Order: sequence, then structure tokens, then C-alpha cells
Amino acid sequence: MQKIPSHTKARHYGMVIDLDKCTGCATCMVACYSENNVSFRDDESVKLLSINWIQVYKLTNGKPFPDTEVCYLPQPCMQCDGKDFGHPPCVSVCPAVATDFDSPTGIVSQITTRCFGCRYCMAACPYHSRKFNWWDPVWPADMQNYLSPDVSPRMRGVIEKCTFCYHRFQQARQKAYAEGNPEDIGEDDYQTACTQACPSGAITFGDLDDPAHEVYKLKNNRYAFRLLERLGTNPSVYYLSTRKWVHRACDNYLENEEPAAFANKQA
Amino acid sequence: MSTQTENTSNAPSNEPSPKKGATGWVIFAFFVIGFGFSLLGGWVGFPKMLYTEVPHPIDFNHALHMNLVYDGCNSCHYFREDGSFSGSPTLNECRDCHGFVMGINENEEKFVEEYVLQDKEVPWNIFSKQPDCVYFSHAPHVNGAEMDCAACHGDIGDSESLRSYQENRLTGYSRDIWGWNMSRLGEPEHAPRMKMMDCVNCHVEETDSQGSCFQCHK
Repeated sequence: MQKIPSHTKARHYGMVIDLDKCTGCATCMVACYSENNVSFRDDESVKLLSINWIQVYKLTNGKPFPDTEVCYLPQPCMQCDGKDFGHPPCVSVCPAVATDFDSPTGIVSQITTRCFGCRYCMAACPYHSRKFNWWDPVWPADMQNYLSPDVSPRMRGVIEKCTFCYHRFQQARQKAYAEGNPEDIGEDDYQTACTQACPSGAITFGDLDDPAHEVYKLKNNRYAFRLLERLGTNPSVYYLSTRKWVHRACDNYLENEEPAAFANKQA
Repeated sequence: MSTQTENTSNAPSNEPSPKKGATGWVIFAFFVIGFGFSLLGGWVGFPKMLYTEVPHPIDFNHALHMNLVYDGCNSCHYFREDGSFSGSPTLNECRDCHGFVMGINENEEKFVEEYVLQDKEVPWNIFSKQPDCVYFSHAPHVNGAEMDCAACHGDIGDSESLRSYQENRLTGYSRDIWGWNMSRLGEPEHAPRMKMMDCVNCHVEETDSQGSCFQCHK
């Protein structure tokens, strides 16, 4: 974690995903693949080996037919803040300082050219957000010519993960500088690819600490929760769901224990 | 018995030799000469081996153009609306003036005949080209920190001829990145050096922080 440069305003970017709106179409995944030059294999049926920066999981309530319910859960990197805003689990274990907490934005950085592939961070991450490149990326036909120049492609032997489309933040910042007001980066100026691609508007992105941003209101919603919240990883990605079983599926609860959003309701 | 004889015959060689002082000087001289050759090889030979001179496609005259344009460097190297930097001009921008040969200049003739008429972009050598994993934006430096072009690129605007471009044979990057002085001591010869620590040093000085990794890496 580096000191914030004297001329930079600190922000805390985060995401709120409404699980009741998500249809599981995986447009966010497709958008992410193309935005961030994420490589794919000839045979993508073995999901354990596929690389993705955002992954849609399918949750079911496990009940037989008439009561069966399904919920789709898009899961990017949680961009954990750790206990004291600066020490996420993956950053603490990296021996190469290849991943770091970006204090001006609250995003966890991953510098793939610095990574030497020990995969400690992969083991430390409780969310399986980090993916390892077991092979060099192979792009079909002339697809290599259509890669985004804003994101550097990765090579064999390094870890990669979601960066909240940091290059878009850089572009927004660059534009703000050119317009003469470097700190004026509005909500619309910086949005991630998955947020913009989501057809049902389930994903909201912005500065969690800025009351003018939509995420500020949504994260304080009664039904907002985070994955494995009680681990203390302090993720920057919030989920919304009014269904109790979804809350239960996203953390480890004892049988007689109620998720926080529903605990007071019964009392 | 035979072993005893051998022992006695070897005995004289253990006595101090009268020539030992001279041998010491010879070894010392060899060491000094060898050291000298190593240094010479390292400081003179190694850079020649590591770098290779790459000719410029066209010897561009900056000074001549600066006299003809209205807005200095910005006339050809400008910011786009989204804050990105145009870099080297493309053929379309040059063509506005150089649709045909205007003066008596072999460089201009070559430019028009080989590139303009054949509709081919000029493969300029970029002195400050960084690796793909590096993010650099001109806007914060020029608009935010109000730095002059010459602060990083040297006085190239006043030059009548492009200076030598040397390429690292191993990495393919310009010698300007490491700096022309192999020891990296003293003031850089043409323009500031551009290794990561060079960026860091300036950032620490100016903003009190080297910045986070993502500020300059992608």
C-alpha cells in the first residue's frame, strides 16, 4: 500500500449487484472477456481451467419442484479492503508485491509482469477470484489484431484478476486533466464494462463513499450483504436480495442462525 | 627405498626461490593488465555489443518546421478531445502540406516518393517507447504538472537533424530508456532517462509519493 500522492483525492470504488434483477445471461462475462483481453481455450467445458474476471454462479434453494428457486450470482473480484483499508488477504501473502492495494481508488491491483506465479494469492483468496495462466493465450485466427491496447495481455505462469476496468478510470482521469479539472470524475465518467453491458441493470458501480453516487444509497439498503462477510475481508462488492435463502447461501450460518437482514424482522 | 629417494629429490623445490620477488611483480602486472582490459571491454565494448544503431526512415528537420507552424510543438503533437496524446503525426496530417515535393531536399523527395505517393505510414523510431505493461498519459504531466515538452524530450524541437537512435538488441527498446551513459551517473546526455526508478524519483519529489502500482502499470 503506497501513500496517496499529494494532489490526488482518495476514492473508494465499489459495486452493488442486485441478485433479484440478475437473469444469469452472462453478458457481463462476455463484455469482460472482450474488454480485458481475457484468454479462452478451445474447449471451455472444463470450468476449473477457464480464466474469467467475472463469473456467474448458479445457486438453488435445494427444494423439490414446486418450491424450486434459482438465483444467479455474478462474482467479480471483491476488491477487499481488509480490516484497516489496505490489507486484503491476497496482498498480505504476495512475496513479489505484484498485487497491492491501490489506496487512491480502493482497488486491488495486479501487475502481471511482476508476478512470478507462486499462486499464494490464489490460495489466500476466499472467493476464487484469482485465475492462473497455465498456458500462453492463443487467439483464434486474426483475433490478436483486435485486442484492446488499453489492457496488457497476460502470459503463461502469472495470476490475473478483475481490476474494476482500471484502464477506464485512467481514461476518465486523463480526460479530466485535459479539461482542466483533474478531480472531477463523475459517476458516468468511470463505469466498468460489466456494469454497462448488463441488460437488466443489475450491476451498479461507483464511489462507495460519495453520497451523490447510486452505490452509496444501495449499499446501505436493508437487504445489502457481502459474500462471507464475517471473515473480515471487507469486500467492496455488495449484493442485494430480498430472498432469505440467498443470504444463507452466501455465508456460513448455523442452523438456528438468521442472516442479519432478517434477524430483526422476526424479533 | 624408492619412495625415500623420491622424497629426497623433491626436497630442494621447497626451498625459497631466488626469483620469487620477480614472479610476484609479473603476477601483479598481469592482474593490472587484465583488469584494464576487463574495464575497457565493459565500458567500451559491451555497449557496442548490446546496442545497435537503427537508421531513421527520414532525417526529419524539426527546426525548419518550427519556423513554419503557428503553435509550436502542439501543431503536430497535440491532445485529442478525450485527453489522449496524438504522438507522431500520421501520413494524413503530413500530406496537407507534402502532397508533392515543395523544396530541393533529398529527404523530402524520399518522403513524398516512398511514403506519400505510396500511401504508406512512416515507421518512425520512437525514442521514448515503453513496454506494453506501462501506462503513461501526457495529460497529467503537461496540463496538470505544467511541464514543458523539453523537460522530458530534450531540445529536439530546435534540432536540424534527428540524433542517433540505438536499439537494445535483447529487448528492442531505445537506448534513451536506460540512458546513454552506461553507469547512469551525471546528467543525461540528450533527455531524461526513462527507467521505472526515474519516474519514481521525480514523482516522489513532486507529489510526495511514488504512486501505487496501477498508476503507471496495466
